[in-house]
Amino acid sequence: MGMAQELHVLAVDDSLVDRKVIERLLKISCCKVTAVESGRRALQYLGLDGEKSSMGIDGLKVNLILTDYSMPGMTGYELLKKIKESSALSKIPVVIMSSEKILPRIDRCLEEGAEEFLLKPVKLSDVKRLRDFILRGEGDDDKLTDKKIKEACSRKRKFQDDSLVTAHDIESSPESSASSESQQQKQSKIG
Amino acid sequence: METNNIHDLRRQVANLRQSLFDQGYVDEQFIELEELQDDATPNFVEEVVTLFCKDSARLIHIIDQTLENHPVDFAKLDNYMHQFKGSSSSIGAKKVKTKCTQFMEYCRAENVEGCKRTFQQLKEEYTTLRRKLEIYFQYARQVGPTETASCHPK
Repeated sequence: MGMAQELHVLAVDDSLVDRKVIERLLKISCCKVTAVESGRRALQYLGLDGEKSSMGIDGLKVNLILTDYSMPGMTGYELLKKIKESSALSKIPVVIMSSEKILPRIDRCLEEGAEEFLLKPVKLSDVKRLRDFILRGEGDDDKLTDKKIKEACSRKRKFQDDSLVTAHDIESSPESSASSESQQQKQSKIG
Repeated sequence: METNNIHDLRRQVANLRQSLFDQGYVDEQFIELEELQDDATPNFVEEVVTLFCKDSARLIHIIDQTLENHPVDFAKLDNYMHQFKGSSSSIGAKKVKTKCTQFMEYCRAENVEGCKRTFQQLKEEYTTLRRKLEIYFQYARQVGPTETASCHPK
Protein backbone atom coordinates (compact mmCIF):
# COMPACT_ATOMS: atom_id res chain seq x y z
CA MET A 1 0.00 0.00 0.00
CA GLY A 2 1.82 3.08 1.21
CA MET A 3 5.38 3.49 0.00
CA ALA A 4 8.14 3.76 2.58
CA GLN A 5 8.93 7.42 2.82
CA GLU A 6 12.64 6.81 2.70
CA LEU A 7 14.01 6.55 -0.80
CA HIS A 8 17.01 4.46 -1.62
CA VAL A 9 19.30 6.36 -3.93
CA LEU A 10 22.19 4.93 -5.89
CA ALA A 11 24.72 7.73 -6.35
CA VAL A 12 27.36 7.35 -9.03
CA ASP A 13 30.36 9.70 -9.18
CA ASP A 14 34.06 9.17 -9.80
CA SER A 15 34.96 12.17 -7.61
CA LEU A 16 35.76 11.28 -4.01
CA VAL A 17 34.82 14.76 -2.84
CA ASP A 18 31.51 14.80 -4.69
CA ARG A 19 30.55 11.34 -3.45
CA LYS A 20 31.01 12.46 0.11
CA VAL A 21 28.96 15.60 -0.42
CA ILE A 22 26.13 13.93 -2.31
CA GLU A 23 25.98 11.20 0.30
CA ARG A 24 25.53 13.81 3.00
CA LEU A 25 22.96 15.75 1.00
CA LEU A 26 20.94 12.58 0.52
CA LYS A 27 21.20 11.46 4.13
CA ILE A 28 20.05 14.84 5.37
CA SER A 29 17.12 14.51 2.99
CA CYS A 30 16.25 11.20 4.64
CA CYS A 31 17.35 8.97 1.82
CA LYS A 32 19.24 5.73 2.10
CA VAL A 33 22.38 6.03 0.01
CA THR A 34 24.60 3.64 -1.84
CA ALA A 35 27.50 5.53 -3.40
CA VAL A 36 29.65 3.96 -6.11
CA GLU A 37 32.51 5.33 -8.16
CA SER A 38 31.66 4.21 -11.68
CA GLY A 39 28.97 3.18 -14.10
CA ARG A 40 30.31 -0.34 -14.12
CA ARG A 41 30.03 -0.63 -10.37
CA ALA A 42 26.53 0.82 -10.55
CA LEU A 43 25.48 -1.86 -13.04
CA GLN A 44 27.13 -4.52 -10.90
CA TYR A 45 25.21 -3.29 -7.90
CA LEU A 46 22.00 -3.36 -9.88
CA GLY A 47 22.75 -6.85 -11.16
CA LEU A 48 21.97 -5.87 -14.71
CA ASP A 49 22.04 -9.42 -15.95
CA GLY A 50 20.07 -10.75 -13.03
CA GLU A 51 16.37 -11.37 -12.74
CA LYS A 52 15.87 -9.06 -9.81
CA SER A 53 14.23 -5.84 -10.82
CA SER A 54 15.62 -2.59 -9.44
CA MET A 55 17.14 -4.37 -6.47
CA GLY A 56 20.65 -3.81 -5.38
CA ILE A 57 22.73 -6.90 -4.79
CA ASP A 58 21.90 -6.47 -1.13
CA GLY A 59 18.21 -6.71 -1.92
CA LEU A 60 17.40 -3.06 -1.32
CA LYS A 61 15.14 -1.61 -3.96
CA VAL A 62 16.67 1.39 -5.69
CA ASN A 63 14.23 4.26 -6.15
CA LEU A 64 16.52 6.71 -7.89
CA ILE A 65 19.86 6.74 -9.66
CA LEU A 66 21.80 9.96 -9.39
CA THR A 67 24.81 9.94 -11.66
CA ASP A 68 27.57 12.28 -12.70
CA TYR A 69 27.87 12.81 -16.43
CA SER A 70 31.64 12.97 -16.94
CA MET A 71 33.19 9.78 -15.68
CA PRO A 72 36.05 7.73 -17.07
CA GLY A 73 35.13 4.40 -18.64
CA MET A 74 31.37 4.79 -18.83
CA THR A 75 29.81 8.24 -18.88
CA GLY A 76 26.59 9.01 -17.06
CA TYR A 77 24.87 9.12 -20.42
CA GLU A 78 26.08 5.63 -21.28
CA LEU A 79 24.94 4.39 -17.91
CA LEU A 80 21.56 6.01 -18.48
CA LYS A 81 21.23 4.26 -21.83
CA LYS A 82 22.07 0.88 -20.35
CA ILE A 83 19.52 1.35 -17.62
CA LYS A 84 16.79 2.43 -20.00
CA GLU A 85 17.55 -0.48 -22.31
CA SER A 86 17.13 -2.96 -19.50
CA SER A 87 13.63 -4.23 -18.92
CA ALA A 88 14.43 -4.85 -15.29
CA LEU A 89 15.79 -1.40 -14.59
CA SER A 90 14.21 1.00 -17.07
CA LYS A 91 11.57 2.17 -14.63
CA ILE A 92 14.10 3.53 -12.16
CA PRO A 93 14.30 7.30 -12.53
CA VAL A 94 17.77 8.50 -13.49
CA VAL A 95 19.03 12.01 -12.80
CA ILE A 96 22.22 13.31 -14.37
CA MET A 97 24.58 15.76 -12.66
CA SER A 98 27.17 17.83 -14.44
CA SER A 99 29.37 20.83 -13.76
CA GLU A 100 28.93 21.88 -17.37
CA LYS A 101 25.77 23.39 -18.73
CA ILE A 102 25.94 22.13 -22.29
CA LEU A 103 22.48 22.30 -23.79
CA PRO A 104 22.87 19.57 -26.43
CA ARG A 105 24.15 17.30 -23.68
CA ILE A 106 21.19 18.11 -21.45
CA ASP A 107 18.83 17.54 -24.35
CA ARG A 108 20.36 14.21 -25.21
CA CYS A 109 20.05 13.00 -21.63
CA LEU A 110 16.46 14.09 -21.28
CA GLU A 111 15.62 12.47 -24.59
CA GLU A 112 17.24 9.24 -23.50
CA GLY A 113 14.89 9.25 -20.52
CA ALA A 114 16.68 11.11 -17.75
CA GLU A 115 14.22 12.64 -15.30
CA GLU A 116 16.27 15.71 -14.61
CA PHE A 117 19.61 17.31 -15.13
CA LEU A 118 21.24 18.99 -12.13
CA LEU A 119 24.08 21.47 -12.33
CA LYS A 120 26.96 20.89 -9.96
CA PRO A 121 27.66 21.74 -7.28
CA VAL A 122 24.39 20.16 -6.27
CA LYS A 123 22.63 21.95 -3.44
CA LEU A 124 20.45 20.68 -0.64
CA SER A 125 17.45 22.41 -2.18
CA ASP A 126 18.03 20.45 -5.43
CA VAL A 127 18.09 17.15 -3.57
CA LYS A 128 15.01 17.92 -1.53
CA ARG A 129 13.03 18.91 -4.60
CA LEU A 130 14.19 15.76 -6.34
CA ARG A 131 13.24 13.58 -3.41
CA ASP A 132 9.75 15.11 -3.21
CA PHE A 133 9.26 14.70 -6.92
CA ILE A 134 10.31 11.05 -6.86
CA LEU A 135 8.18 10.36 -3.77
CA ARG A 136 5.13 11.78 -5.51
CA GLY A 137 5.86 9.63 -8.52
CA GLU A 138 6.48 6.49 -6.48
CA GLY A 139 3.24 6.80 -4.60
CA ASP A 140 1.06 7.29 -7.59
CA ASP A 141 1.77 4.61 -10.12
CA ASP A 142 -1.48 4.77 -12.07
CA LYS A 143 -1.15 8.39 -12.98
CA LEU A 144 2.60 8.04 -13.26
CA THR A 145 2.92 7.85 -17.01
CA ASP A 146 0.72 10.78 -18.04
CA LYS A 147 1.93 13.03 -15.30
CA LYS A 148 5.56 12.20 -15.96
CA ILE A 149 5.24 12.73 -19.67
CA LYS A 150 3.67 16.14 -19.14
CA GLU A 151 6.25 17.14 -16.62
CA ALA A 152 9.10 15.86 -18.75
CA CYS A 153 7.81 17.89 -21.69
CA SER A 154 7.50 21.08 -19.70
CA ARG A 155 10.94 20.51 -18.18
CA LYS A 156 12.43 20.01 -21.62
CA ARG A 157 10.92 23.27 -22.76
CA LYS A 158 12.24 25.03 -19.69
CA PHE A 159 15.73 23.72 -20.32
CA GLN A 160 15.63 24.68 -23.97
CA ASP A 161 14.49 28.18 -23.11
CA ASP A 162 16.74 28.36 -20.17
CA SER A 163 19.96 29.26 -21.91
CA LEU A 164 20.53 32.15 -19.55
CA VAL A 165 22.87 32.53 -16.62
CA THR A 166 22.09 30.94 -13.29
CA ALA A 167 23.88 31.17 -9.97
CA HIS A 168 25.89 28.11 -10.99
CA ASP A 169 27.16 29.49 -14.22
CA ILE A 170 29.92 31.92 -13.38
CA GLU A 171 31.80 31.87 -16.64
CA SER A 172 29.04 32.71 -19.14
CA SER A 173 28.20 36.30 -19.76
CA PRO A 174 24.60 37.08 -18.92
CA GLU A 175 21.98 37.52 -21.60
CA SER A 176 20.39 40.94 -21.70
CA SER A 177 16.86 40.86 -20.38
CA ALA A 178 15.35 37.93 -18.58
CA SER A 179 18.20 36.59 -16.42
CA SER A 180 16.36 36.97 -13.12
CA GLU A 181 13.29 35.30 -14.53
CA SER A 182 15.46 32.47 -15.70
CA GLN A 183 16.91 32.09 -12.22
CA GLN A 184 13.42 31.64 -10.86
CA GLN A 185 12.59 29.10 -13.50
CA LYS A 186 15.74 27.21 -12.67
CA GLN A 187 14.84 27.14 -9.02
CA SER A 188 11.45 25.67 -9.65
CA LYS A 189 12.38 23.29 -12.38
CA ILE A 190 10.91 20.24 -10.73
CA GLY A 191 7.19 19.92 -10.19
CA MET B 1 47.11 33.86 19.07
CA GLU B 2 46.81 32.14 22.47
CA THR B 3 43.91 32.97 24.66
CA ASN B 4 42.11 31.46 27.62
CA ASN B 5 38.97 33.37 26.95
CA ILE B 6 36.38 31.37 25.02
CA HIS B 7 34.70 34.53 23.79
CA ASP B 8 37.94 35.79 22.31
CA LEU B 9 38.48 32.42 20.71
CA ARG B 10 35.00 32.41 19.23
CA ARG B 11 35.59 35.88 17.87
CA GLN B 12 38.88 34.82 16.32
CA VAL B 13 37.21 31.83 14.67
CA ALA B 14 34.49 34.10 13.30
CA ASN B 15 37.11 36.54 11.99
CA LEU B 16 39.15 33.78 10.39
CA ARG B 17 36.02 32.50 8.73
CA GLN B 18 34.93 35.93 7.55
CA SER B 19 38.30 36.67 6.03
CA LEU B 20 38.12 33.47 3.97
CA PHE B 21 35.10 34.99 2.26
CA ASP B 22 36.23 38.59 2.21
CA GLN B 23 39.54 37.68 0.60
CA GLY B 24 37.79 35.54 -1.98
CA TYR B 25 39.27 32.22 -0.97
CA VAL B 26 35.88 30.56 -0.61
CA ASP B 27 32.45 31.27 -2.00
CA GLU B 28 28.84 30.46 -1.11
CA GLN B 29 29.36 26.75 -1.78
CA PHE B 30 31.42 26.68 1.42
CA ILE B 31 28.34 27.89 3.27
CA GLU B 32 26.26 25.16 1.62
CA LEU B 33 28.69 22.65 3.13
CA GLU B 34 28.59 24.31 6.54
CA GLU B 35 24.83 23.97 6.51
CA LEU B 36 25.20 20.22 6.14
CA GLN B 37 27.04 20.08 9.45
CA ASP B 38 25.22 19.31 12.66
CA ASP B 39 25.96 18.10 16.18
CA ALA B 40 26.20 14.54 14.93
CA THR B 41 28.63 15.51 12.16
CA PRO B 42 30.46 18.57 13.50
CA ASN B 43 33.55 18.01 11.35
CA PHE B 44 31.86 17.44 8.03
CA VAL B 45 33.36 20.44 6.27
CA GLU B 46 36.83 19.61 7.53
CA GLU B 47 36.40 16.01 6.34
CA VAL B 48 35.37 17.16 2.89
CA VAL B 49 38.30 19.57 2.73
CA THR B 50 40.65 16.76 3.81
CA LEU B 51 39.39 14.63 0.92
CA PHE B 52 39.80 17.61 -1.39
CA CYS B 53 43.42 17.98 -0.31
CA LYS B 54 44.15 14.30 -0.86
CA ASP B 55 42.59 14.46 -4.29
CA SER B 56 44.37 17.71 -5.12
CA ALA B 57 47.76 16.28 -4.14
CA ARG B 58 47.17 13.39 -6.54
CA LEU B 59 46.09 15.71 -9.36
CA ILE B 60 48.94 18.18 -8.82
CA HIS B 61 51.44 15.36 -9.01
CA ILE B 62 50.07 13.90 -12.19
CA ILE B 63 49.59 17.28 -13.86
CA ASP B 64 53.20 18.19 -13.03
CA GLN B 65 54.33 14.97 -14.68
CA THR B 66 52.12 15.46 -17.71
CA LEU B 67 53.45 18.99 -18.22
CA GLU B 68 56.98 17.63 -18.34
CA ASN B 69 56.23 15.14 -21.09
CA HIS B 70 57.12 15.75 -24.72
CA PRO B 71 54.88 16.36 -26.49
CA VAL B 72 52.43 17.63 -23.91
CA ASP B 73 49.17 15.68 -23.91
CA PHE B 74 46.62 18.49 -23.76
CA ALA B 75 43.65 16.16 -23.71
CA LYS B 76 44.95 14.50 -20.56
CA LEU B 77 45.68 17.87 -18.98
CA ASP B 78 42.19 19.07 -19.77
CA ASN B 79 40.75 15.95 -18.18
CA TYR B 80 42.81 16.26 -15.00
CA MET B 81 42.06 19.93 -14.70
CA HIS B 82 38.36 19.27 -15.21
CA GLN B 83 38.53 17.00 -12.17
CA PHE B 84 40.43 19.60 -10.20
CA LYS B 85 37.97 22.29 -11.15
CA GLY B 86 35.08 20.04 -10.17
CA SER B 87 36.33 19.29 -6.72
CA SER B 88 37.38 22.87 -6.02
CA SER B 89 33.93 23.97 -7.09
CA SER B 90 32.37 21.42 -4.75
CA ILE B 91 34.09 22.88 -1.71
CA GLY B 92 33.73 26.49 -2.81
CA ALA B 93 37.44 27.05 -3.42
CA LYS B 94 36.93 30.17 -5.47
CA LYS B 95 40.46 31.28 -6.38
CA VAL B 96 41.64 27.76 -7.12
CA LYS B 97 38.65 27.21 -9.35
CA THR B 98 39.39 30.40 -11.28
CA LYS B 99 42.94 29.20 -11.91
CA CYS B 100 41.59 25.87 -13.12
CA THR B 101 39.42 27.68 -15.65
CA GLN B 102 42.36 29.77 -16.84
CA PHE B 103 44.50 26.69 -17.17
CA MET B 104 41.86 24.95 -19.26
CA GLU B 105 41.75 27.94 -21.60
CA TYR B 106 45.51 27.72 -22.19
CA CYS B 107 45.11 24.00 -22.61
CA ARG B 108 42.53 24.42 -25.33
CA ALA B 109 44.82 26.93 -27.03
CA GLU B 110 47.61 24.32 -26.66
CA ASN B 111 49.77 26.95 -25.03
CA VAL B 112 52.34 25.09 -22.93
CA GLU B 113 53.93 28.15 -21.38
CA GLY B 114 50.54 29.53 -20.43
CA CYS B 115 49.64 26.21 -18.86
CA LYS B 116 52.86 26.01 -16.89
CA ARG B 117 52.62 29.57 -15.66
CA THR B 118 48.99 29.21 -14.65
CA PHE B 119 49.66 25.89 -12.98
CA GLN B 120 52.37 27.49 -10.86
CA GLN B 121 49.88 30.15 -9.78
CA LEU B 122 47.27 27.46 -9.12
CA LYS B 123 49.64 25.56 -6.85
CA GLU B 124 50.35 28.74 -4.91
CA GLU B 125 46.65 29.50 -4.51
CA TYR B 126 45.98 25.94 -3.44
CA THR B 127 48.79 25.99 -0.88
CA THR B 128 47.59 29.27 0.57
CA LEU B 129 44.01 28.03 0.77
CA ARG B 130 45.04 24.81 2.43
CA ARG B 131 47.08 26.66 5.02
CA LYS B 132 44.26 29.09 5.81
CA LEU B 133 41.71 26.32 6.11
CA GLU B 134 43.99 24.27 8.35
CA ILE B 135 44.36 27.20 10.72
CA TYR B 136 40.66 27.92 10.61
CA PHE B 137 39.69 24.33 11.41
CA GLN B 138 42.26 24.14 14.19
CA TYR B 139 40.68 27.11 15.90
CA ALA B 140 37.14 26.03 15.09
CA ARG B 141 37.75 22.65 16.73
CA GLN B 142 38.85 24.40 19.89
CA VAL B 143 35.58 26.21 20.32
CA GLY B 144 33.57 23.09 19.54
CA PRO B 145 30.39 22.89 17.46
CA THR B 146 29.06 26.40 17.34
CA GLU B 147 26.45 28.17 15.32
CA THR B 148 27.99 29.62 12.25
CA ALA B 149 27.10 33.25 11.77
CA SER B 150 24.98 33.50 8.68
CA CYS B 151 27.33 35.15 6.30
CA HIS B 152 26.60 35.75 2.70
CA PRO B 153 29.65 36.84 0.80
CA LYS B 154 29.43 39.89 -1.45
